[in-house]
Amino acid sequence: MTKPAGRETVIIGGGPAGLAAAIAASEAGCRDVLLIERDVRLGGILNQCIHDGFGLHRFGEALSGPEYAARFIERLRETTVGVMTGTIALNISDQRRLLLSRSGEMIEMDAGAVVLATGCRERPRGALGIPGHRPSGVYTAGAAQNFVNMENIMPGKRVVILGSGDIGLIMARRMTLEGARVEAVYELLPYSGGLPRNIRQCLFDYGIPLRLGTTVVEIVGMDRLEGVRTAKVDENLKPIPGTERFVPCDTLLLSVGLIPENELAREAGVEINPTTGGPNVDDRYMTSVPGIFSCGNALHVHDLVDWVSDEAERAGRAAALYAAS
Amino acid sequence: MDEIYDVIIVGAGVVGCAIARELARYELKTGVLEKEPDVGLGTSCRNSGVIHSGINYKPGTARARLDVMGNAMMDELRAQLKVPLKRIGKLTVALTKDDIPGLRKQHEQGVANGVPGMEMLDNEAMRRIQPGIEGILGLWTPSSGIISPYGLTIALAENARANGVDFRLNHKVTGAARNDEKNIFTVSATDTRTGGSMTVRTRILINSGGLHSDELSRVMGIDDGVIWACRGEYYVLDKRLDGTLKTLIYPVPGPNDPGLGIHLTPTVDGNILIGPSAAYIPDEDREDYRATAHVMEDLRREGLRLLPELTTSDFIRNFSGNRPKQTPPEVGGYADFTIEETKIPGFIRLQGIESPGLTSSPAIAIEVRNIVGRLAELKKRARFEENRPGFVGRFSALPREQRMDMIKDEPEYGEIICRCEQITKKEIRDAIENPLGSRTMMSVKYRARAMMGRCQGGFCAPRIVRILRDEYGYKPNDCMMRSWRSPMFTGNVRTGGDNES
Ligand SMILES: Cc1cc2nc3c(=O)[nH]c(=O)nc-3n(C[C@H](O)[C@H](O)[C@H](O)COP(=O)(O)OP(=O)(O)OC[C@H]3O[C@@H](n4cnc5c(N)ncnc54)[C@H](O)[C@@H]3O)c2cc1C
Ligand SMILES: Cc1cc2nc3c(=O)[nH]c(=O)nc-3n(C[C@H](O)[C@H](O)[C@H](O)COP(=O)(O)OP(=O)(O)OC[C@H]3O[C@@H](n4cnc5c(N)ncnc54)[C@H](O)[C@@H]3O)c2cc1C
Repeated sequence: MTKPAGRETVIIGGGPAGLAAAIAASEAGCRDVLLIERDVRLGGILNQCIHDGFGLHRFGEALSGPEYAARFIERLRETTVGVMTGTIALNISDQRRLLLSRSGEMIEMDAGAVVLATGCRERPRGALGIPGHRPSGVYTAGAAQNFVNMENIMPGKRVVILGSGDIGLIMARRMTLEGARVEAVYELLPYSGGLPRNIRQCLFDYGIPLRLGTTVVEIVGMDRLEGVRTAKVDENLKPIPGTERFVPCDTLLLSVGLIPENELAREAGVEINPTTGGPNVDDRYMTSVPGIFSCGNALHVHDLVDWVSDEAERAGRAAALYAAS
Repeated sequence: MDEIYDVIIVGAGVVGCAIARELARYELKTGVLEKEPDVGLGTSCRNSGVIHSGINYKPGTARARLDVMGNAMMDELRAQLKVPLKRIGKLTVALTKDDIPGLRKQHEQGVANGVPGMEMLDNEAMRRIQPGIEGILGLWTPSSGIISPYGLTIALAENARANGVDFRLNHKVTGAARNDEKNIFTVSATDTRTGGSMTVRTRILINSGGLHSDELSRVMGIDDGVIWACRGEYYVLDKRLDGTLKTLIYPVPGPNDPGLGIHLTPTVDGNILIGPSAAYIPDEDREDYRATAHVMEDLRREGLRLLPELTTSDFIRNFSGNRPKQTPPEVGGYADFTIEETKIPGFIRLQGIESPGLTSSPAIAIEVRNIVGRLAELKKRARFEENRPGFVGRFSALPREQRMDMIKDEPEYGEIICRCEQITKKEIRDAIENPLGSRTMMSVKYRARAMMGRCQGGFCAPRIVRILRDEYGYKPNDCMMRSWRSPMFTGNVRTGGDNES
């Protein structure tokens, strides 16, 4: 094995957090910044967010996700930041030795500072423990968004959405626009966690009911989904007997929460905060492992990408400073 | 299909596949008919994956004999077929004095059944195996272990295929008639994909239809031996807990329990199973594998009692499997396996192959081969390839240096498709190109172990679909989750684009 190459500041994840962190690290004077992204393109989750509403705070404009990302990618091109796409970080040691993997090679690399901007993942069905069958037609809302917006694939025609997080709301509108019938959005809690503008623009403008205090208690269909049984819940969020209703549908989209992606952080021995699911960081966004920083949805789940960018800039600058010291 | 088969096996569970591989050693023309689009989608992918030692079964029964024999055959299968297997041993634990007679009985059965290496251990000795374990006395059976049940089924089938056995997936057998002059069966089957029908002729017919074995016998005019389906539900726990269990730990079973009781079982993939429950289900649908609210609650409670550090996010998924029981609900307990040539010459049936059917499968195959040997001449084939070629296993588990080398030859070993389990594109491709020609999402899942991790496919399912579309010409409507009745999608979002269907 060849001796690992060394880089000053390595940013893992090329979503809005990674992009902003890389630009900021470079602008803070670090000449040797490397941005690593496992996907073939930069932009992260923004690439599948073709709706608008991004950048209202940062740019005073309503951009689509890819447009918002493009602003940063263009700025990145003006810097000396090195970019490796199609490359996944498999492992980081507490000494900031990285193991990267890409088509045709595995690379070891030492870094002066590392910024983890790995984003988040969706909570799957299993975590909800919904009784019933396991048919096809049950997707997380983000996976469905990927199929529809990136792959031109329609998951189904008659849709129920569980969870009123923003992705669920956005997908209610998207599925409607693409010709599906959305029966309703069901939310366990007595209120929606989604942005008020999304509730208005994605549900009410399309006549899609939002059923609060209601959940899915059974998934029905041995092969393809045939319907869900819903029930109202009491103040302890337990289903109330006698309120069950069968709702025929061929698709169930789950929008029931995001979990910061921190497999790498864990392996490096970074302390994870049980409440946020992200690392504990200091005021420089440094984790419990010196030289490893965290920002964006990997640190905690953000509603607005504008705040992600601001936060990541601060983390990127701090990482560059650390690497220089 | 004009040629006449020597043997047709109905049902490609672990038992049917073990029989197919065993018969592939001989100069016989053997075929397998399976109604699902892949092997092992019945009970064989829905169990605890335990290689039982043989202490639980009444001496003198086929279950006792075939279990001990099958258990002993597993190491060779592991070596030849590269199936994940771990001999982690088992402790059957008496918590109170009341359990001790039951435990002694297990020990006596073990002695009578020829179970190797048994020991009675006090608490201190048990704690050397499993730190912190409660209980006053334990029976240690070192030959117990865990195996990948679908891994074994797939390996047996693919090896049988490599040795010339024909597999007809998506073919549901609906009947068979025997021509007594010619001693030939004409077996009718429906293509579950197209609805079309076909027939195939064979000299020997083997019914290994699991939950439907009694129905298959009935169409042949053999009415005895009813199957009742008895569901066992499980929770799967996150890999975070890998290593917590050093061995299998079971309570002492009661005499009429229909299962071995709810307990924790580590899997070869590094998860832990909680279960299985046991509840007979109505006869309308023996393949109803639902998870029920009250059992899920019991399993959670039981899991928390056994592993207090569990958190909500550790419970990552549920599944269930249905036992093909020959004892009705009011009787419970177990009946022995039925493995016999029936009164219809050349018609062999296997019924009631419930636990320990997985462990026993290679021994059952020998048993069936012996019956076949009385009906047809068994001549060893000049060439039988007993090994599975190539790299089989988890690329990510290999040493780093070896991975770096292999990536140089196969660049796609460097591309990660499933991030939770670090499954590479090469592994996905191998799974897609399996020798049985099965190409559902489940076929990929069970071969490559993609979509089995924490995110349950949220990340990799779209990527696998993209590979199927871009590199194998799949249209959205071609993508099936499990069977032809479970399409993943309804079509394209918009037509007129590049990838219109
Ligand atoms: C579906 C959805 C809809 C949204 N809609 C809106 C909206 O309308 N308006 C708004 O303001 N905000 C919205 N948000 C929020 C905003 O998009 C996110 O907060 C923001 O994208 C988070 O940025 P990030 O860089 O932290 O994560 P991501 O965008 O998820 O980027 C993380 C990147 O890291 C890469 N990565 C992860 N692990 C590795 C590894 N090991 N090696 C290499 N690369 C890796 C990933 O491939 C990904 O590109 C939405 C979020 C989602 C998920
Ligand atoms: C909850 C549970 C836990 C278990 N735990 C263990 C354990 O830990 N250890 C152990 O050794 N054993 C265990 N078992 C038992 C073991 O799983 C079974 O004995 C074994 O899988 C049976 O294999 P099989 O091939 O007979 O049946 P199956 O796997 O059910 O195969 C039968 C096949 O026949 C097909 N078929 C049916 N009808 C037709 C038709 N008309 N035409 C074409 N094809 C047809 C089906 O689709 C199916 O694929 C357990 C079982 C259960 C239910």
